[in-house]
Amino acid sequence: MSNDHDHHDGNDEHELRVSKIRDGTVIDHVRGGQALNVLAILGIDGSDGEEVSVGMNVPSDRLARKDIVKVEGRELSQDEVDVLSLIAPDATINIVRDFDVVEKHRVERPDVVDGVLSCPNAGCITTSGEPVTSRFAVLEDGVRCGYCGTIVREEIASLIDT
Amino acid sequence: MSRARFASRVNWLAASNGEIQGARHSLHERMRHDHLITSKQFSRADIETVLDYAAEIDADPSAVADRHAGTLLGLLFFEPSTRTKMSFETAMKRLGGDVVDMGSIESSSVKKGETLADTVRVIEGYADALVLRHPKEGAATMASEFVDVPLVNAGDGAGQHPTQTMLDLYTIRENAGLDDLTIGIMGDLKYGRTVHSLAYALTNFDAHQHFISPESLQLPREVVYDLHQQDAPGIREHDSLEEILPSLDVLYVTRIQRERFPDENEYQKVAGEYQIDSDTLEAASDDLTIMHPLPRVDEIAPEIDETEHAAYFEQAHNGVPVRMALLDLLLSDDKAIGGEGDE
Repeated sequence: MSNDHDHHDGNDEHELRVSKIRDGTVIDHVRGGQALNVLAILGIDGSDGEEVSVGMNVPSDRLARKDIVKVEGRELSQDEVDVLSLIAPDATINIVRDFDVVEKHRVERPDVVDGVLSCPNAGCITTSGEPVTSRFAVLEDGVRCGYCGTIVREEIASLIDT
Repeated sequence: MSRARFASRVNWLAASNGEIQGARHSLHERMRHDHLITSKQFSRADIETVLDYAAEIDADPSAVADRHAGTLLGLLFFEPSTRTKMSFETAMKRLGGDVVDMGSIESSSVKKGETLADTVRVIEGYADALVLRHPKEGAATMASEFVDVPLVNAGDGAGQHPTQTMLDLYTIRENAGLDDLTIGIMGDLKYGRTVHSLAYALTNFDAHQHFISPESLQLPREVVYDLHQQDAPGIREHDSLEEILPSLDVLYVTRIQRERFPDENEYQKVAGEYQIDSDTLEAASDDLTIMHPLPRVDEIAPEIDETEHAAYFEQAHNGVPVRMALLDLLLSDDKAIGGEGDE
């Protein structure tokens, strides 16, 4: 088995459900139920023909239940994956080349998130059809709209701009 | 006074005058040709510098009468306004400049669906600075990203109204002082942008702030969060004025709007509890200063107008010298701001 993170969880069985990839990115240790939000944040919906495997709520030693996302043929940069920390703070990123994990890193909380999220405040200028990209400052326990100042602490995933 | 003491006094005065000019130049360096979006931009020293300059202008407006001859201020008011718009217009004209006014949105291109981003980029070509009032929170921040001329936020939805805050602080300083202050801020604290701006600015001073409102119109949690981040000395929320009134130096009243309530009965019930008349004031200090950003409807009974407590018309008047000071700081190229600089 090429992905050593799966060994840590001591669970070989789900490997049968989530196929190995040759080249690409494996996002592991995603909180159970958040895999589709991970894909939404990354803007991956399969319409470009990329090969994507998703495992949801598979047993994990570290998280009890975790999700795992494998994207074939695309190496995600640190900037791209850091935004995942908002919904999957424990996620690990494995860059795979020729079935081997060549890089392994964790997501880090960014200071600012541009785009990706949409402000929930109906009175905010960013939700009024203006040509402006949303911007959120990342707080210790939430995110804050850079325009209207609205703070969101819970269910940040519901703000994902799809 | 002995010669030595006299000489020392003269030296001290010269030094403090130099310090005042130094602080003003430093603020001018940072403000000129920049935007004015929120009261969070100002430190205590900045606020004092603006208020000192406004006081100078108030004492002798003729000294700055020609400073901005030929300068045009663009007024973009997407919401109705009387005081703010007219006082900006007066301020610019008293500095020797003039205004170009977008007019009401009914008669403008906004009616045709133009975005704010487009509108400000067009009017930027007509004016040397812009004043924007808009019903959406964050409108001034966004608009400022599309223009190079200074943009002044004259109210963005329930967000901020920083120039109102400066004239509020000016009025508080004149009547009660800004330190060792106990202030009650009452009414619609949820949507009241003047309240949000003022509360933040007061955290720069030794001010105890009491917020009095019905539960449904309490301060937004975001504003409370900011106040706590500032380590404000005392922040308390109340649902009744009664318990706190005797301790107040200043009572800042805002209007509770009918449209915030689902039905008329609910509004009448709540609004009645937050009205001030001579009976209410029996429990107040003789020195209590009452302020209101105006317009008022029936929050303050007319019988209060003639008492020593009423400062709200003076407050409205203060909008002119304070906005003159701010516009001069934003628009002046020369370093001799205030006319008697030490440059």
